[in-house]
Amino acid sequence: MPAGTLYRGREGMWSWVAHRVTGVLIFFFLLVHVLDTALVRVSPQAYDSVINTYKTPLVNLMEYGLTAAILFHALNGLRVIAVDFWSKGPKYQKQMLWSVVGLWVVLMAGAFWGILQHTLLTWFGK
Amino acid sequence: MSTDTTDIELISSSQAHTGKGLGTGNPADAFVIQPPRTRTTKTPRRTRTNFEMLAWLFMRLSGVVLVVLILGHLLIMLLLDHGVSKINFAFVAGRWASPFWQGWDLLMLWLAMLHGANGMRTVINDYAEKDSTRLWLKGLMGAATVFTVLLGTLVIFTFDPNI
Repeated sequence: MPAGTLYRGREGMWSWVAHRVTGVLIFFFLLVHVLDTALVRVSPQAYDSVINTYKTPLVNLMEYGLTAAILFHALNGLRVIAVDFWSKGPKYQKQMLWSVVGLWVVLMAGAFWGILQHTLLTWFGK
Repeated sequence: MSTDTTDIELISSSQAHTGKGLGTGNPADAFVIQPPRTRTTKTPRRTRTNFEMLAWLFMRLSGVVLVVLILGHLLIMLLLDHGVSKINFAFVAGRWASPFWQGWDLLMLWLAMLHGANGMRTVINDYAEKDSTRLWLKGLMGAATVFTVLLGTLVIFTFDPNI
């Protein structure tokens, strides 16, 4: 096999891959989320029983994961807009990606307690 | 490498779209690869709309609005005020008593679904190589999108807190 057949696009390519993967994940979640919310038209009991499964530790953790996917997609989406519309965007696309990653880490650390408090209080609470 | 240049067919400029040359009459033209967007006999004379450009623009405009709408939604529903613990039918009823949150959720539903559907269209176009596969996947995805948008809209407009 000749050398260099693997496309190694570095930051630009991997952020594009991550943007696609998170986008597809969010789309499928959205379909499910509209369906579960539609249960408010069935009965309060039907809605509450599904929402109760959303409060179990596993699904609570998935909510943290969903937030991680959405937050990356949002921040990287703003970076894509900057690359497209800001004259110096393409020049600073790498710096912007690392800023996105840094901001994402900080915000996800900040959201840790808020999102997972239900599970943490159930396990370790008073 | 030896190439007999006398074998090369000379292409007139009016035949440039055949991919056999640039039509300058220079035999070396036969080796020039046509740019990907060269108009061929199969290219429609003119496209009626700028659909792809408008789709590109919509992704960016809706994206900016969705950053505000969805991050606000996540903050209220998952983070603040005891996180997911507080969500139940009564909480939803309290929020949808206000036209502001009804409008917020309606706009979020429409923008997110259209943004997501156009993103999925791009992904399907990129990876499904067979014409029929592409058509089926896009048809299925489009049907799911229309159904979800209509269902969500119906739920917001017909919500009854005293059900």
